[in-house]
Amino acid sequence: MLDSAISIFTAGRNMARIFEGLGVTLKISMISVLLSVLLGVPSGLLMSSKIRFCRLFFKLYLEFIRIMPILVLLFLFYYSLSSVFSINLPAMAVAILVFTLWGTAEMADLVRGAVTSLPKHQWESSRAIGLTEPQLNIYVIVPQAIRRLLPGVINLTTRMIKTTPFVFFINIPDLVKVAQQIVEVTGMKNLLASVWVYGLIFFIYFAICYPISLFSHYLEKVWQD
Amino acid sequence: MRKEFYIFWLAVALAAFWAFSPVSAKAAGEMDKIKQAGEIRIAVFTDKPPFGYKDENGDNKGYDVFLAHRLAKDLFGDPSKVRFVEVEAASRISTLEADKADIVLANFTYTAERAQQVDFAKPYMKVALGVASPKTAPITDVSQLAGAKLIVNKGTTADAYFTKNHPEIELVKYDQNVEAFNALIDRRGVALAHDNALLFAWVRANQDFVTGIDFLGDLDTINPAVKKGNTELLEWLNAEIDKLTAEQFFFSDYEETLLPIYGDSVDPKTVLITP
Repeated sequence: MLDSAISIFTAGRNMARIFEGLGVTLKISMISVLLSVLLGVPSGLLMSSKIRFCRLFFKLYLEFIRIMPILVLLFLFYYSLSSVFSINLPAMAVAILVFTLWGTAEMADLVRGAVTSLPKHQWESSRAIGLTEPQLNIYVIVPQAIRRLLPGVINLTTRMIKTTPFVFFINIPDLVKVAQQIVEVTGMKNLLASVWVYGLIFFIYFAICYPISLFSHYLEKVWQD
Repeated sequence: MRKEFYIFWLAVALAAFWAFSPVSAKAAGEMDKIKQAGEIRIAVFTDKPPFGYKDENGDNKGYDVFLAHRLAKDLFGDPSKVRFVEVEAASRISTLEADKADIVLANFTYTAERAQQVDFAKPYMKVALGVASPKTAPITDVSQLAGAKLIVNKGTTADAYFTKNHPEIELVKYDQNVEAFNALIDRRGVALAHDNALLFAWVRANQDFVTGIDFLGDLDTINPAVKKGNTELLEWLNAEIDKLTAEQFFFSDYEETLLPIYGDSVDPKTVLITP
């Protein structure tokens, strides 16, 4: 029985292809998470700011992204933009753009939640000791908010990793698609192919997501002391 | 702090502008555009053996891919001047409409509905439906299927045919071929409907099953498709297919890609267009 698994994974470049697929998955999710954090933090601060226009703008943006399924956004930016406005973006750019739009919205909302959960006297006492607005944000609010953010960011990261298979609908072959390709070619003769290949994919996803959650536990502990 | 934010958003806007600015597509001079690009973009399947799939080395293979290489050879004198766009069944039409590929060669069956959205060239293959069932409980007539579960692949000709003509049959739908065939082995339906040639091949490898119905519905054709209104490319393709049919290219394509799967249980004439 084990022979059937070995024969699949040793044939040709199958193993290398699985890792190339993993590379695509990681590239999209990691770049998007990074950009989402970079864009999400200032957006979140603006969302919780006193300027009404900012709050309204981000509220609309957040609701729009939340209501739209990711698949629809991918189609919109990859196909519709090209067929309607002749803006022909490469698939990888679309994937990162859409995942970043989504991540930024979620990030901004997390930041807003974290910031508004801080007690009011943090602002008042900062101003009382003469901190300017940027100083107040950089030295007082953001450091405290980040600790409260962590569980949400970890959750968002793993969700992004798990949502990447959608990119095949815009013609990018990710990890799951490579698995499907291998199963479809070997599966007609090897009935266990799907079990072995999808089993391996399961462990790969686990191997990526579990350390991320371990790291967050570690940080939570370190920061508590 | 406002100033920082303005600079920040300006940078974001610039980045977005930069990302959105390049490549625009125009309908004029399609052939020139392809020649200028130095390669032809052809949309193929990557998980539908034996028509379009990736072998264990990750290379595109199959009946459609064999034709794609030939088109590149006739256009550029080099069969490798083709860039494969990897599509799903559901994204074939949008891939053309959005100018993500020049030609779709992804086992694309001609239907009147699809012909309103894309332009089909002349056929390079034909296909009819068949129904496979266990030897112990063979299905030899569609009437036996009433009230029973029939396994089909989502979005395929079999799916469309049974949904339209036999609403009394309950369809169990799968995305992938392997899933569908495994479902039949597990008896999650009494029979499986698919392209007859593929069924002949599968039954040969799975002796417990028979194709009780080997010809059903209309004889459909598989055609290359281009973006609606791209007549220049369409005319070139039509001339190309006439030429290839005349020189029996599709027989060598068959021998290279389909024969190893179908074996001699299938007469090539049932799937090929004969001049």
